[in-house]
Amino acid sequence: MNWEEIGTYFAAICLFVGAFFALVGSFGLLKLNDSMTRLHAPTKVGTMGIGMLLLASMVYSFVQGQGSFHELLIMAFLFVTAPISANFISKVNIHRRSCDAPPVVPDSEEWSTLVQREEDQVAQPADH
Amino acid sequence: MTRAFNWLFPHPFLTLLMAVVWILLQNQFSWGMAVFGVILGVIIPRLTARWWPDRPAGFRVGRMIGYVLLVLWDIIIANIEVAWIILTRRNKNLRPAWIVIPLDLRDPEAITVLAGTITLTPGTVSADMSNTGRHLLVHALDAPDPDAVRDEIKTRYEARLKEIFV
Repeated sequence: MNWEEIGTYFAAICLFVGAFFALVGSFGLLKLNDSMTRLHAPTKVGTMGIGMLLLASMVYSFVQGQGSFHELLIMAFLFVTAPISANFISKVNIHRRSCDAPPVVPDSEEWSTLVQREEDQVAQPADH
Repeated sequence: MTRAFNWLFPHPFLTLLMAVVWILLQNQFSWGMAVFGVILGVIIPRLTARWWPDRPAGFRVGRMIGYVLLVLWDIIIANIEVAWIILTRRNKNLRPAWIVIPLDLRDPEAITVLAGTITLTPGTVSADMSNTGRHLLVHALDAPDPDAVRDEIKTRYEARLKEIFV
């Protein structure tokens, strides 16, 4: 068994593992029934699923003799941006009250998503 | 000499990072492109320096690499755990929970890294912050003992981040 074969098999295993986690993530999105728990499924696809597929792509490019490091950049940018979208979705959930109310913050603070600002008060129509 | 260095490299780590990203974007190493990447890495932080007056003073790159490896390992372990929960557990047996984490970190950059870490490890998503920035709201997919999750995040991630951003 030479290095080319080992690399090819390794890439195949990575593809399999990545596809498995992407499948479980999509299945979780269908199966879970609460808006906040449903958010946990895509974060898994974003990390393990895509990560393993990209690793397979990188290993195979080296097996083919034209090494590529683009996948490292895709992984880095994905890992940096994925939490932002998850954070936005959970903020929307809190706003729409489509999940259990978050617990009260200690020390008379408030969750920044739920803070009533003065602009919001003014924006309400005065007489109804 | 130090002042000249600080003027030219207001953010030495960003300079290095931009040069490396530029070389990786080319996908084929050549010295000309490497030099151009270093030039970009000097010019861009210099031009944008006035937009981060309060950047953290100290940043330990070596410990950050160790932290990234630890988080990657945790992502793999947590993925397997969450996949197992999704495939085998019924919805009504799940115990989702909100977890409030009191923060010791004060740097916005450090808190951002902590919140990103929490979201990337499957099973927990960071949802919100308190208006003074002293508490972080985290949602856990299955937490029979929310206090244990809170303590784990504090000792495993936050304590390490406190040593990275000094």
